[in-house]
Amino acid sequence: MPDIEAIASELAVELKKYQADYLEAHLEEGQTSHIAYRGKELDSIGRSTAVGGNVRALVKGGWGFTSFNNLEGLSDRIAQAVEQARSASSGKSSLFPMKPVTDNIPAGVDVNPVTIPLSEKKQQLDEYKEIIWRTPQIQTSTINYSDSRRKVIYLNSAGSHIVQERADVSLLILAIAAKDGEVQQAFLSIGSRGDFNAVRNLHDKVETKARHAVEALAAPQAKGGEYTVVVDPMLAGVFAHEAFGHLSESDFVYENERLREIMKLGKQFGGKHLNIVDSAALPGYRGSYKYDDEGTPSAKNYLIKEGKLVGRLHSRETAMKMNEPLTGNARAINYRYPPIVRMTNTYIESGEVSFEDMIADIKEGIYAKDCFGGTTAMEMFTFSAEEAYMIRDGKIAETLRPVVLTGNVFNTLANIDAIGNDLYIHDGAGGCGKGEQMPLPVSTGGPHIRIQKCLIGGS
Amino acid sequence: MEQILSLAKKAAEEAEVFEISSEETRVRFEANKLKQLQTRQQTTVALRIIKNGKTGYATSTEIGDGTGLVNAAVETAEFGTTAAFQLPGPTEYPSVNIYDDAVNSVSAREMVALGEEMITALTGHTPELICEGSVGRSVINVSIINSRGGQAAYRKSFFGLDIEGSLIEDTDILFVADSQNSCHPLAETSTVTTEVLRQLDLAKKRATVPSKSMPVVFTPNGIASGLLLPLMSAFNGKTVLEGASPIGNKQGKLVFDKKFNLHDDPTLVYRPGSRPCDDEGVSSRRTPLAENGVIVEFLYDLQTGALAGKQSTGNGSRSRGGLPSPSATAFTIAPGDTAYDDIIKDIKEGLLIDFLMGASQGNVLGGDFSGNVLLGFKIENGEVVGRVKDTMVSGNIYRALKDITAIGSQARWVGSSLLTPPIYLPSIAVASKG
Repeated sequence: MPDIEAIASELAVELKKYQADYLEAHLEEGQTSHIAYRGKELDSIGRSTAVGGNVRALVKGGWGFTSFNNLEGLSDRIAQAVEQARSASSGKSSLFPMKPVTDNIPAGVDVNPVTIPLSEKKQQLDEYKEIIWRTPQIQTSTINYSDSRRKVIYLNSAGSHIVQERADVSLLILAIAAKDGEVQQAFLSIGSRGDFNAVRNLHDKVETKARHAVEALAAPQAKGGEYTVVVDPMLAGVFAHEAFGHLSESDFVYENERLREIMKLGKQFGGKHLNIVDSAALPGYRGSYKYDDEGTPSAKNYLIKEGKLVGRLHSRETAMKMNEPLTGNARAINYRYPPIVRMTNTYIESGEVSFEDMIADIKEGIYAKDCFGGTTAMEMFTFSAEEAYMIRDGKIAETLRPVVLTGNVFNTLANIDAIGNDLYIHDGAGGCGKGEQMPLPVSTGGPHIRIQKCLIGGS
Repeated sequence: MEQILSLAKKAAEEAEVFEISSEETRVRFEANKLKQLQTRQQTTVALRIIKNGKTGYATSTEIGDGTGLVNAAVETAEFGTTAAFQLPGPTEYPSVNIYDDAVNSVSAREMVALGEEMITALTGHTPELICEGSVGRSVINVSIINSRGGQAAYRKSFFGLDIEGSLIEDTDILFVADSQNSCHPLAETSTVTTEVLRQLDLAKKRATVPSKSMPVVFTPNGIASGLLLPLMSAFNGKTVLEGASPIGNKQGKLVFDKKFNLHDDPTLVYRPGSRPCDDEGVSSRRTPLAENGVIVEFLYDLQTGALAGKQSTGNGSRSRGGLPSPSATAFTIAPGDTAYDDIIKDIKEGLLIDFLMGASQGNVLGGDFSGNVLLGFKIENGEVVGRVKDTMVSGNIYRALKDITAIGSQARWVGSSLLTPPIYLPSIAVASKG
């Protein structure tokens, strides 16, 4: 493995030799291991190592970017990025000014998860697999475990030199039940900022999931239409991230006059009880970090406060162009990609309503829990609840097949009429996708929330 | 590579070294303007060994670190799956043309000009449209050698045009998009812009649909976003082997409408999904999946095929440097005999779907699709009358494709993984806020 710290010291000197409005470089090395089961059989087990880097240049508003995993001849790479930036230039560069930073952030884990013997990891997974397979009517299952440790060095032409390490652990368990040609599935998705203990002792949770997949086989599908819907903290978090969070990413907004009007700061989007936050500064979650990939310190950023739009997420370029404060949200999944504006840990803050009060006056509604995933196209969102139940006369009633919720974010935020007192932030196994960059570690959360007139797909 | 192979042969009974390297150049546009030029170089080497009958695996970005790779592979082999397959020996591969040197001579300046041409064509039609797009070219080199003397190497070129536009009015946002790619340089941007202009024209007017079951026409983009994933999952030999494919025990049986013909075809010339052999060095071939509605074959790699008692169909693919796994290369749905215009004329009240959002989040294995109609249009008395919003469709591909009213006579590529005509289904559940 090449010594990237030594290469970084040389590269830092080289970066100052070139003519550009801004130059940055990332050097990265990391190891991963993974274990995957499909059905009862081990499907794949492996280890990998990777090293690579990139150089990004800004010249008169144009960006050049070059990535590589051959770390020789780096001055040619800088020259190439500068030349590309020059070819793309057409105006004036705009980048929020920042003082140079020198720092070194360790991974913050006692045990590097990659170094834990594969036999120990496999033993843990075998126990979960056994639990799934002894559940009647389970057809098959998949288990995907992976861990990683990465060191990233950020350098820029102003003299910043930041070394950050991180470790990640993720576990995704899928149980598939089948009967008479019908197939239903249930997921368990657990992630952690490098602590292998997060994926130990999940036996009860695995069993509950497997049973739910079986139960859904016999469940009816919801009748499509508008309902009063109560969503659990997992789904509330996905809603905060997918439906609203993506609209707060300024790279969508800053060169789009009409979207700037829609997303005008100060606009009322929801009731006074509604607060939505994105915070990489919240320690210990998968979306947490001290500096983003442009060297900007992280912060707790309110997107919505008391129902009003009060902020959005920025890179140094978008903050400058919109004349708004830096938030530290420029992130790249790895050295192959340039940093773009991304979310971190996104959540709805707790309100005051208990779960019992929230469902008490619902005559006929739907309680939706957990999430297969969600996607968004600006104002429209869809997310798929993994578990769904009818609410009848203020009580949780029969189990339904998984439901898909969809709507317009502006209407839906206004239609949130109750916010629970039970905030939970979840670290999942996967991550967020934007453009070609996926998966980026994030976490999402919220309390239970109630949405009036939410559209549910169905028969 | 040879050095890694010889080190590995000392440590294990069998070994295979796979190397992939790529060089890519791309120009990106944001908000109708040139934003970034980028190049990416990447190399990955993967070692698979069979030691004491078990598979071990490791990858690295460093070609030079043979010892590290062999050690990691040996460690994983202790827990690895029992290898049921044999690596292929020397093989004569079909000739599949997938490299055009002309891709390399397209300059960044010419790529910028192509991007600007796409944006000008669209903003000339709709001045308020905000476009993002990219023009990219790349060359990929793949080589495989193994301890049985098998060896394969090929080079592939790629050229792609991508454009998407958004149009905002109040809180309504319209998305339009298209892309095309090839192993040849693409000089004609109209293949992409004509499609986007069609979407823009159709979306000028608004319409509402009631919540009920109605005839639905999926365009090629609509099929890719709504129906493709459940199909790919169902025909995957691994899903079949596990008993999780709803059609796994239906080989030779009529499952789909008689008009439905589906193949996986990695041998089409100058298509980015094509290749002379798969990532294990098994020859590529065109595999019939469904013919006249009857299930014919499933897709296998070496290991899955061996476990299922079948031959590999040459569908072993490695994604993200992982172990080979069966994967579709390019799905082709055969055109039918009905012109697109005649399909639309046939419908009294129905829906034309160009893009279904979130359809693959549901129970893909079971064949369910349920998504928001991000881009779709109402059909009324044989005409497309306007764009619909706040509308969901839900269904199951096995019920939906069992009864197909008509298949369009013209097929079109969607990305590199699907070639399909439009499909006209008689009745799909629609839920709408109207």
